Amino acid sequence: MTEAAPKIAIRDLHKAFGDKKVLNGIDLDVGIGESLVVIGGSGTGKSVMIKCVLGIVEPDSGSIKVDGEEVVGMPARERERVLSKFGMLFQGGALFDSLSVWENVAFGLVAGKGMGRIEAKEIALRKLGAVGLGPEVGELSPAELSGGMQKRVALARAIATEPEIIFFDEPTTGLDPIMGDVINDLVKKCVQALGATALSITHDMASVRRIADRVAMIYNGRIIWNGSVKDIDRSGNDHVDQFIHGRAEGPIKMPIRPL
Amino acid sequence: MIHFPQLIGRTVLAGLTTAGRLSIFTVVALIHCVRPPFYPRLILRQMIEIGYYSLPVVGLTAIFTGMVLALQSHTGFSRFEAEAAIPNVVVISITRELGPVLAALMVAGRVGAAMAAEIGTMRVTEQIDALTTLSTNPMKYLVAPRLIAALVMLPCLVLVADIIGVLGGYLVSTYKLGLNPGNYLRNTWEFLEPIDVTSGLVKAAVFGFIVALLGCYNGYYSKGGAQGVGAATTSAVVGASILILASDYIVTELFFSR
Repeated sequence: MTEAAPKIAIRDLHKAFGDKKVLNGIDLDVGIGESLVVIGGSGTGKSVMIKCVLGIVEPDSGSIKVDGEEVVGMPARERERVLSKFGMLFQGGALFDSLSVWENVAFGLVAGKGMGRIEAKEIALRKLGAVGLGPEVGELSPAELSGGMQKRVALARAIATEPEIIFFDEPTTGLDPIMGDVINDLVKKCVQALGATALSITHDMASVRRIADRVAMIYNGRIIWNGSVKDIDRSGNDHVDQFIHGRAEGPIKMPIRPL
Repeated sequence: MIHFPQLIGRTVLAGLTTAGRLSIFTVVALIHCVRPPFYPRLILRQMIEIGYYSLPVVGLTAIFTGMVLALQSHTGFSRFEAEAAIPNVVVISITRELGPVLAALMVAGRVGAAMAAEIGTMRVTEQIDALTTLSTNPMKYLVAPRLIAALVMLPCLVLVADIIGVLGGYLVSTYKLGLNPGNYLRNTWEFLEPIDVTSGLVKAAVFGFIVALLGCYNGYYSKGGAQGVGAATTSAVVGASILILASDYIVTELFFSR
């Protein structure tokens, strides 16, 4: 745990969809300027947790504080103010099909901050350059881009408003190992350049080792281990060991029936 | 095995849930329509999409409706030698009923379905979540411009449909049925009252609101990938069509019942 007041503090967070309990008492702190990566299997509630922080999903109970301010149950207008601190890279990119690449990157500046289109375009092209894409890409539509380029555009959009906090949802999923490494490198550089607090969720251990200062593992809707990335190989937790080595055998069982 | 009473109970509960959710969605959408910030660029884009690009399909529907109406009226009225009433029947039917209803049904098929598919795809690909994280309210950005544009453009479309529909009746009546062109136009003009046109335009505004509301609502709450988007599109068109016909009766009752 960090000594200073955390940037994000999650306490006893619960969320169920019907009978299925997805979050079952999450406690997690993310320190200022820290890069925390949450690992865990599919369907363990990683995405639901960050959607609760962003207000996209309303938790059943618990507390989420951003800069000491409670955001659970916050009115919509207040929430928009808090959300202006955030940037988010979605798993599938979530680029707007109806807008060009530069308009996607500039979206938060124009629609969110009310900046003029000419000024916003200049910033968008600069951000595209920071993720290795030339100005000619700015005029294309998202459908004309490869998966790796879409991820880089989504990253440029996430950092365009220079947010204090950036969330990365599976930043390397669906990419080849080389492009995955390029994205990891960009994520690390962008977070460091902005001095932002980062919360990432991923299955990709290469990504974890590259971008994390600290790692937390989620299992059955709870955080079962968290510690420095340097300690992950000697966590002393069987669940963590099984996950990081990708073993089928171990305490985490998959409900597979015989053929 | 579900018992019959359980099935009825579940159906009623599902219906009430949908009605409640649609009501809340409508109120929230209306609040966003009148509260700044506004997105004039998006409203203009939607007005072009709904109004300008629907003109061909609405125009074709109107002209053939007017033509068929004149032909059928002639078949009936010629038995009583009352052909002079054809212009009156055509203009009243077109302006009060067929213009607004048929235009709205065509727009529901063309625009309502497109709205549901577009917003539904944005939902399942997390683009709506992305709007939220970019400090943009999706109701204000996606729903309000479509509602405003449909509310404004449907009456404009219906006004055009009225003119084209009457023209269709005129063409058939004068060129095929041999009615006197001058008499036809005079009868049309003299019989037409402002309430005929205004009631049709009010209906058009109501129908436009319904089409956009159902398109946005079904898209906004779609889930489950491509199948969910398909289901949302179907619900948008079917729901809007039924509500158009139901609200047509209500508005007619309000205007013309004594």
